[in-house]
Amino acid sequence: MNSETEKTLNAELDIFRGSTGTDSKFETFNVPFQQGASVLDALIWINDNLDETLSFRYSCINANACKECMMLIDGKVEYACLKKLQGKKSTLEPLPNKTLIKDLVTDIVPPKEKYAFSR
Amino acid sequence: MDQLNVDVLVVGAGAAGMYASVSAAKSGADVILCDKSLISRGGATVMAQMTVAAAIAHQEADHWTHHLHDTIQSGQGLCNEKLSYELCKNAPNKILEMRDWKTDWANDNARIRQVLAPGHEVKRCCYVDFLNTGPAVARTLRGEVAKHKSIKRISGITIIDLVVKKARVVGAIGLNTETGDFISFAAKAVVLAAGGLTQLFARNSASKNMGGDSHALALRAGANLMDMEFVQFFPIGHLAPRLVGMDPIMWDPFRYKLGGKLLNGHGKQFIENYGGEDGETYKVGRDLAAYAIIKECEAGRGSPNGGAWLSFQHLNKQQLEDAFGPIIKKLANNDIDLTKQSIEVAPIAHYHMGGIEVDERMETCIKGLFAAGECVGGANGANRLSGNAIPEAFVFGDIAGSNAAKLKAASRTLSPQDSEVALSRVMNDLLPPASSNVTSQHETSRRLLHTLQNLMWKNVGVLRDTEKLQRALNEIRRFRKDVFLSICPKQGTAFNTSLMDWFDLRNSLLCAEAICLAASERKESRGAHQMEDIPFKSDEFTKNQIISQQNGYLVSSWKAVQKLDYDLEAKSLAVI
Repeated sequence: MNSETEKTLNAELDIFRGSTGTDSKFETFNVPFQQGASVLDALIWINDNLDETLSFRYSCINANACKECMMLIDGKVEYACLKKLQGKKSTLEPLPNKTLIKDLVTDIVPPKEKYAFSR
Repeated sequence: MDQLNVDVLVVGAGAAGMYASVSAAKSGADVILCDKSLISRGGATVMAQMTVAAAIAHQEADHWTHHLHDTIQSGQGLCNEKLSYELCKNAPNKILEMRDWKTDWANDNARIRQVLAPGHEVKRCCYVDFLNTGPAVARTLRGEVAKHKSIKRISGITIIDLVVKKARVVGAIGLNTETGDFISFAAKAVVLAAGGLTQLFARNSASKNMGGDSHALALRAGANLMDMEFVQFFPIGHLAPRLVGMDPIMWDPFRYKLGGKLLNGHGKQFIENYGGEDGETYKVGRDLAAYAIIKECEAGRGSPNGGAWLSFQHLNKQQLEDAFGPIIKKLANNDIDLTKQSIEVAPIAHYHMGGIEVDERMETCIKGLFAAGECVGGANGANRLSGNAIPEAFVFGDIAGSNAAKLKAASRTLSPQDSEVALSRVMNDLLPPASSNVTSQHETSRRLLHTLQNLMWKNVGVLRDTEKLQRALNEIRRFRKDVFLSICPKQGTAFNTSLMDWFDLRNSLLCAEAICLAASERKESRGAHQMEDIPFKSDEFTKNQIISQQNGYLVSSWKAVQKLDYDLEAKSLAVI
């Protein structure tokens, strides 16, 4: 049995905001979390509590099955659902080698699965 | 508005949608397969862990009529037996067809391995690998879809509404999420395959996309839903500590192999107090386990996060590693050591037996509108047998796709004007003019969804009663009438998360009302629908409940259960 009570920690996330053709910037969000929470948990928390317009891809939430939540976390390519939050500052950016759509969303759709291809 | 023309539009690219697309293409139809998320990745299929039931009799003598018998038993008198028949009769061919398409079912050479699962009288459940069946199945079908030039795949399309003329579906309006543009699809047939709706409950094993899109699209198009009150709750979903990289229903295989003990917040075994048995072996039934955990919590004896402890601490490191080596490593990455700590588990919404009313060709009462997969109601009655979800996706996908393709000779009748009218109806009804500024400062789609999820969990969850259901129904009606329309996201931008969430919520609220209404009308306890103030089954309710939308209101009615005469045929072992 776990005897220790869950302690609330705080993560400071610098998140890339912007879309193609607009000015981009980094915006800082402070997110409370419990030990073990993932970066994706924090992004969902931001959507729920601070800014519903922050965009990122995800579907399966924590099974690491959909593989949609890949992004750059402190300069490294990671799945946001697997990356644990640290009680310190972290920087989140869209994948660098993909076309930016908005915020942390890039064009990861295979060319033959794109709307433009079907037209 | 852009328009794409096609024979068959398939909505949702999980196993059912992909199978439907392949079958429609093989029957000579042009197909568009679209998904809100990425093709093959978004729904429940990729999250499926292990069992796929089919009477292929590779390990033990079996016959599909016995699978049918088990399915009907589990459904407690409410299966549409014609649908159950199609499911069980065709499941074996689908397993073998998937093998031809290179799904690597676990095997001993030519014999596919099959294991016993609860409710099946023989070893009937195929699998690929522990916790890996879904991704393998999704990969296979994705490859098969790609082989057909007549299937166009489009990721990132949210279907907003179907367009119906004279009780016949003629197309659909979609939102291209990457650009924010609306698109119309002129189609001769539409297959709805966008999965279940367990996302409506606060505790669930769903992906983000499983909020009842298919059901809501069907209902608004004039089709019927059936048996919406039956939601299956999995008793020991993972609750705490936070565990990432794993599906929350992962503890079941652990219990099969290693037993484990359920303990209450005081560290005491409690299943025995409810008439169950829970020792070194995993014997307690799902219904009883869920009931007992919830009752312990109500009595103030829950675990800290509102569930029960599951302990494997009587085992040593070696025993755990021998049984689940790679998984033990994943647990270690989450700082979980089962020799030193227990984990918390609780019931979670896992599958929905109810769904869209279809005939045995998977067609609804709207001509040309088909459904496939979890969104279909009827095959599983009041409770689903373990392992029936994936074969249901294959079989119903195949039937829906091939029947939809038969309409390819029909003429396409969706005009650009029709599309504009359909879109403007959505917009006028729901979105305020761009100039207005009535956006609520306090409420967002995300927050209202969470309120809805908590409401559904507390009042329409594992244990229901008349008063709780009425309270929930009133609240949901208020949300739909007063709150939802005040949350107005802006339109017309790329990857507009708030607009997508808002369209999702529109569907989820409608489905939630349908579930609450259906649950409050079924004044008995049966299968997954358990009423604390009416704790018995009544013969007068051995019938299916239909929910339809009339003049904007949801209406409940009843119909006789579709029965079938069949004989149990002799079981035999497959000759290989």
